[in-house]
Amino acid sequence: MSTTVADLHDHHDDHGPAKGIGRWLFSTNHKDIGTMYLVFSLVMFFVGGAMAMVIRSELAIPGLQFVHPEFYNSMTTMHALIMIFGGVMPAFVGLANWMIPLMVGAPDMALPRMNNWSFWILPVAFSILLSTLFMPGGAPAGGWTMYPPLVLQTGDAFPYLIFAIHLMGISSIMGAINVIVTIINMRAPEMTLLKMPMFVWTWLITAYLLIAVMPVLAGAVTMLLTDQFFGTSFFLAAGGGDPVMFQHIFWFFGHPEVYIMILPAFGVVSEIIPTFSRKKLFGHDSMVYAAASIAFLSFIVWAHHMFTVGMPLSGQLFFMFATMLIAVPTGVKVFNWVATMWRGAMTFETPMLFSLAFVFLFTIGGFSGLMLAAAPADIQYHDTYFVVAHFHYVLVPGSIFAIMAAVYYWLPKWTGHMYNETLGKAHFWASTIFVNLTFFPMHFLGLAGMPRRIPDYSTQFTDFNTVASIGALGFGLSQLIFVWVIVTAWKGSKATDRVWEGAHGLEWTVPSPAPYHTFETPPKARIAGEAFE
Amino acid sequence: MIRKSFLSLLACCFAGTANADWALNMPRGITDLSVETYNIHMMVFWWCVAIGIVVFGVMIVSLFRHRKSQGVKPATFSHSTTAEVIWTIIPVVILMLIAIPVAETMIKLEDSRDPDLSIVVTAYQWKWHYKYQDEGIDFYSSLARPSLEARRKESGIDPNAVDNYLREVDRPVVVPRDAKVRLLLTSNDVVHSWYVPELAIKKDTIPGIVNEAWFKAKEVGTYRGQCAELCGKDHGYMPIVVEVVEPDAFRAWVDARKEGAARVARNQ
Repeated sequence: MSTTVADLHDHHDDHGPAKGIGRWLFSTNHKDIGTMYLVFSLVMFFVGGAMAMVIRSELAIPGLQFVHPEFYNSMTTMHALIMIFGGVMPAFVGLANWMIPLMVGAPDMALPRMNNWSFWILPVAFSILLSTLFMPGGAPAGGWTMYPPLVLQTGDAFPYLIFAIHLMGISSIMGAINVIVTIINMRAPEMTLLKMPMFVWTWLITAYLLIAVMPVLAGAVTMLLTDQFFGTSFFLAAGGGDPVMFQHIFWFFGHPEVYIMILPAFGVVSEIIPTFSRKKLFGHDSMVYAAASIAFLSFIVWAHHMFTVGMPLSGQLFFMFATMLIAVPTGVKVFNWVATMWRGAMTFETPMLFSLAFVFLFTIGGFSGLMLAAAPADIQYHDTYFVVAHFHYVLVPGSIFAIMAAVYYWLPKWTGHMYNETLGKAHFWASTIFVNLTFFPMHFLGLAGMPRRIPDYSTQFTDFNTVASIGALGFGLSQLIFVWVIVTAWKGSKATDRVWEGAHGLEWTVPSPAPYHTFETPPKARIAGEAFE
Repeated sequence: MIRKSFLSLLACCFAGTANADWALNMPRGITDLSVETYNIHMMVFWWCVAIGIVVFGVMIVSLFRHRKSQGVKPATFSHSTTAEVIWTIIPVVILMLIAIPVAETMIKLEDSRDPDLSIVVTAYQWKWHYKYQDEGIDFYSSLARPSLEARRKESGIDPNAVDNYLREVDRPVVVPRDAKVRLLLTSNDVVHSWYVPELAIKKDTIPGIVNEAWFKAKEVGTYRGQCAELCGKDHGYMPIVVEVVEPDAFRAWVDARKEGAARVARNQ
């Protein structure tokens, strides 16, 4: 390693970070930008989480106790927008920024200035979105799906909502371009595509999904804008438009969006499970093909979100069959993870615990997904808490657990110190228990017929709602442990370069903490060793 | 305020099943298709349970036996084409076993031909309007007064003291037993959704579009549901109540409503 650092001195006179705030404002360094993305998403998780606390407090018992229905609807709408666009997506972009150059042996992202811009758009976008909370007519309250005509009843917040979404989309597209260009052009010389680590692969596929669908969302919300202010009638029946067309366009974006939020999570656990099983990922190539198949199928299943809008029978059958097909590549992924563990020599550090919980609980979300695919049953489940349970299972113990696993896994590489393992495990067990306490009862509520997005409910739904609210409070508080572990991560023992006994990959060949500049010269396969196979 | 809520929350925990039920599953409903829907739901559920037992079973065995602390040496295999082909084909077969009966039910769901009775359902923010096409009856149906009073923030009324809180209307839809009822659904403003679990019907009401749904109720009784698609601030307050009555009682109800309408017209 010392030779790498020496090389760096020879070629570069600017080898340290700039001083003061300028380091962050003008940064073109993938590690700094990655850190900013991750910190930003952590802040957004707490903002969105606070809104979830408002929602669960109001639903703890029947009757209205804390908020009015309009504000309640704003909370559900903003919670979703913030968690999706501010929490999960930037967290994965942050991980991509930090890890993809390290994993493919590149000195930085391919387009560093655009990288800076794509990050700094986000705080602006979310300031605009959050400012709507203080506007006449309140924050957007028509649901994150923004179905017209309801969304056109939004008050002064409406154009700000559209503009904020445009900005988030621009940021995502730029981030995706950067990921694709980096992966295609800047891999270490002997790293062929099929030798890339799974996290890099899933991000490559995710980036293509982003480029394909974010413009579609931009188009949909622009049509909303012109319907509202410029006299068009894309979605207004009175002017010859079609409200259902918006739903088709939205879900053509929305379904791939679901996979944008889960494919990088697949990548993360595909890195972690082999490390702690001390065994190579089972079926690397079939994992790649499975991820690509999921991405392809995600474009032809969108109308399964719309089985109740009155589609022709043939359309319903097509979307049902296509949706069921997704179970096949997703199943391959789960089976391959289990096969990776099989006859390994497992240890259970915090990243592994989160990854195992991911496999269990994401699979439960997958099961409810299969149930939802059966159209007649979907007609019963649709827009009830069963759906809320389903997508929270795939997003919270799915995507978010994978993000937490990734943070614990790579934190020693980022900080150069081991985090507090005992607190990490405490965080894991508290999160896992409370996440189930929160979301499992929602299946029962949905089956009993409780609709989504209601501030108050009929008294037969009381018991499970109370349980869910207690769980949500516990889950929210548990995340304070996470913050504490991160804040105190710099106090732990020194981390080795490899950090984990079973770790393989180029990121573990650089020192811990990773120097400000890495891989100034491309790594040789010889040095990387098994990382390339 | 907070203390009061907290106390009532505690009370809920301890009162337990006294005033509410811990219903776990979907109702079987009262039409042939709601029972078919329930059966599909249970079939897919049991498939999921079976797959779950196998996958989680293997995983749990592995978690206990293949630990470093047990002194195992990790195996070196990293792929097996045979295994991968098997666990691609088996799910495809299971999916086909699921898809075929489901498709049959879907075809029946769409067959709303030859109805005995047609009702036009028009959604408004935030109430329903029902028009019986051939009987010449029409009326609005909104949240009943006791719920309306109790729902307000700081109303001081305990929702548990209100019968069918948020699930009671001033004028229910009345339909005869064993008649094929066709609903023609549309909306006057935003998208709503007409949802009654026991009839296994959830159909969006969309401005500018008329959707169809149908049911044939087999059992007399009162069945409750509510709007399922977010439709603005009072989305949670537009319940649906369907009363299934014997055909004779239905005719009597139609006559009484017609007479009432005529009397109102005379007095105007």
